[in-house]
Amino acid sequence: MYYDVILSGFGGQGILLIGDILAQAAMMEDRHVTWMPAYGVEMRGGAANCTVVISSETIGSPLADRPCGLVSMSKPSLLKFQDKIKKGGLLVVNTSFVEEDLLTRDDLETICLPASELAFQEVGQHKMANMVVLGAFLAASSVVDFKTVEAALESLFQEEKQKLIPPMIQALHCGINYREKQEV
Amino acid sequence: MRERIMMRGSVALAEGALMAGCHYYFGYPITPQNDIPEYFSQRLPQQGGIFIQAESEVASINMLLGAAAAGARAMSSSSGPGISLMQEGLSYMAGSELPGLVVNITRIGPGLGGIAPSQGDYWQATRGGGHGDYRLIVLAPNSVQEMYDLTIKAFELSDKYRNPAMILGDAILGQMKEPVRLSDPKIQHLDKPWALRGARGRGPQLIKSLYLKDGEMEKHNWHLQEKYRKLQDADTLVEAELEDAMDILVVSFGSCSRIVQSAVRLARGKGIRVGMIRPISLFPFPGKTIYEATQTVKKVLTVEMNTGQMWDDVRLSLSPGCQARLMARPGGGIPSPLEILEEIENFVKAGDHVAKSVC
Amino acid sequence: MQKVFAKPEALIDTTFHFCPGCHHGTVHRLICEAIDHYQVREKTIGIPGVGCGVFLYDYIHIDVCEAPHGRAPAVATGFKRVLPQNVIFTYQGDGDLGAIGMSEVVHTANRGENITVIFVNNNVYGMTGGQMAPTTLLGQQTTTSPYGRDFQTDGYPIRMAEMLATLEGVAFACRVSLHTAAHVKKARKAVFKAFDMQLKNMGFSFVEFLSACPTNWGMNPQQSVERMEEEMMPYYPLGTFKERTAPDYL
Repeated sequence: MYYDVILSGFGGQGILLIGDILAQAAMMEDRHVTWMPAYGVEMRGGAANCTVVISSETIGSPLADRPCGLVSMSKPSLLKFQDKIKKGGLLVVNTSFVEEDLLTRDDLETICLPASELAFQEVGQHKMANMVVLGAFLAASSVVDFKTVEAALESLFQEEKQKLIPPMIQALHCGINYREKQEV
Repeated sequence: MRERIMMRGSVALAEGALMAGCHYYFGYPITPQNDIPEYFSQRLPQQGGIFIQAESEVASINMLLGAAAAGARAMSSSSGPGISLMQEGLSYMAGSELPGLVVNITRIGPGLGGIAPSQGDYWQATRGGGHGDYRLIVLAPNSVQEMYDLTIKAFELSDKYRNPAMILGDAILGQMKEPVRLSDPKIQHLDKPWALRGARGRGPQLIKSLYLKDGEMEKHNWHLQEKYRKLQDADTLVEAELEDAMDILVVSFGSCSRIVQSAVRLARGKGIRVGMIRPISLFPFPGKTIYEATQTVKKVLTVEMNTGQMWDDVRLSLSPGCQARLMARPGGGIPSPLEILEEIENFVKAGDHVAKSVC
Repeated sequence: MQKVFAKPEALIDTTFHFCPGCHHGTVHRLICEAIDHYQVREKTIGIPGVGCGVFLYDYIHIDVCEAPHGRAPAVATGFKRVLPQNVIFTYQGDGDLGAIGMSEVVHTANRGENITVIFVNNNVYGMTGGQMAPTTLLGQQTTTSPYGRDFQTDGYPIRMAEMLATLEGVAFACRVSLHTAAHVKKARKAVFKAFDMQLKNMGFSFVEFLSACPTNWGMNPQQSVERMEEEMMPYYPLGTFKERTAPDYL
């Protein structure tokens, strides 16, 4: 099993956090995993992205030239990364921030969802869009089990931060359901 | 066995230092290693240790010199330009036979350069770097686990040989998170009768590197060389994945070796018999391992993120009759596994007569 | 017979390598008297800079660590942070402290490191053969200011004690001279004060000694002490520029 994904968007959208959650869950499933953030110059203009590689074998490169998946929550990140996705790969786009007519690839499984609006409807917070997107990504890629992701949240958010977990899980399931409805 | 926890490379390194009993950190901010001092500034006071943000890297290395001379495990970290400023102090430490750890999260040079990952400080790290005839003990991790393990190792070797040690990493290793087991090994702590703590119950002691009498300095230099020879014999670290009848051997270190690992897997998938050697200690360099491997495999590809610095050491280590090629990406360029695969394939296909560089 | 004058215990019984008329030997002796007085020989570590004072270990019966040129205050910082109960002093000359090591001494003082800095100001680079120092007086001829120091090219002589006295971290900063026996007695008091400050954890203490370098001034010892009185003292006034009465954490 090998899966690499670039999670991308603007700083403040919780991009690195969903990378952390995904990586934590993968580790809890006894996978090998790497989490590599972009930093420095690459972050100019407020961009944020990270690459998560999950594998049943030891991982060589923690970078992804031809990722299996891309999660994009901003226009610049979509333009920067969509051509890199492996043929037949997965693209998850938050259309609250990205116009659908920017999508150029027809050889991918593409999930377009207005994650910010969905997050607001579901848990009353736009900023939970990252969890909605993560849910859709997990539903489509099946790289880790939802239950493990919930357990990952338990280990990442402790003490007073625990109160964040229920709305996060709710937003996660909103994304999962959105993908599953789309599939039908 | 301890459970695995996801950890950033820089944090694993700092935790390794704490595990090794390092309670003193002196440093000056420079990108891309700032999360190391930031982490220590938070952690060391909790441990009863001392964190000082020095006024410069020049001051940092000399604070380290002082703390080391007082017998403490101490460290500093920096990047390119800051490491250059430390060279004077490192030379004094080597000359005075003082242990201590300096971490170089390498950036691109020369000059102010850039902050992307680079291996362009290989020469500076492995040739001594400052004035005079000396070496640093240089360890090059390639995973977050090794950022932890090799930091502990670096302190142990540094004390054992009374010589400053360096961890040579880059932003990939500093920023990346991976699962780590924070093992609790039995840490070696040697007595330091040479340390200066005041002349109580003994005569005064001196730590110095100035030798003006006839022949003294030559003797001192040979003494240092003898130490480096012992280090070479006993504590060279290398990872070698060799097989019978290899078509090609690939040599790389640090973060670059991770990418090479991906390429090697792709090549093996295509039926190419690829061997891989990863020097973990860059000084002492595992030349013997390369020499022995190249008695059978005759094509050697070195891949590094500079213009070809370790390549010097690789070529000095080859058995006669080898063809050596270099795949170099300086200035922040990172080769992709596919590019390396292509290089491997081309080299394997090439006849002897078309080899670009023949040793 | 009553013994009224003796070699301090901390001073090694040997001949100084210093030139005739040089004041380094006097400074060494005063440090040893302070070490004896406070009975701290077994916990004192001396850190000489690079210059004529580097052979401290040949004369004082204590642990000594060499420092790179100008970096003694940083090395002392490392020592003191590991060994807060020990007495740590640096011994630095004009070039070491006022030129190449300016940054280290200023920031060490500013951090209020609880160490003592002994500064020998003789207006010239001694060990390297008489080059211009940051403390060289205007008009003074040296091997690198053969026409006399000119402020237009070389700037002005630096008054270190006054400069450091402006820093919050400094507990004690003074300038003394060694050109007469009476001044040596005052200088002795200043060194005692500096050690006392350190032992009481008051913070950074600094003693600047006006001293002679007859060899590089091209004078005999008698002319040298006259020069100190007539030329150095008008530019470098003696006195205590800062003296803290309580540690800053109180």
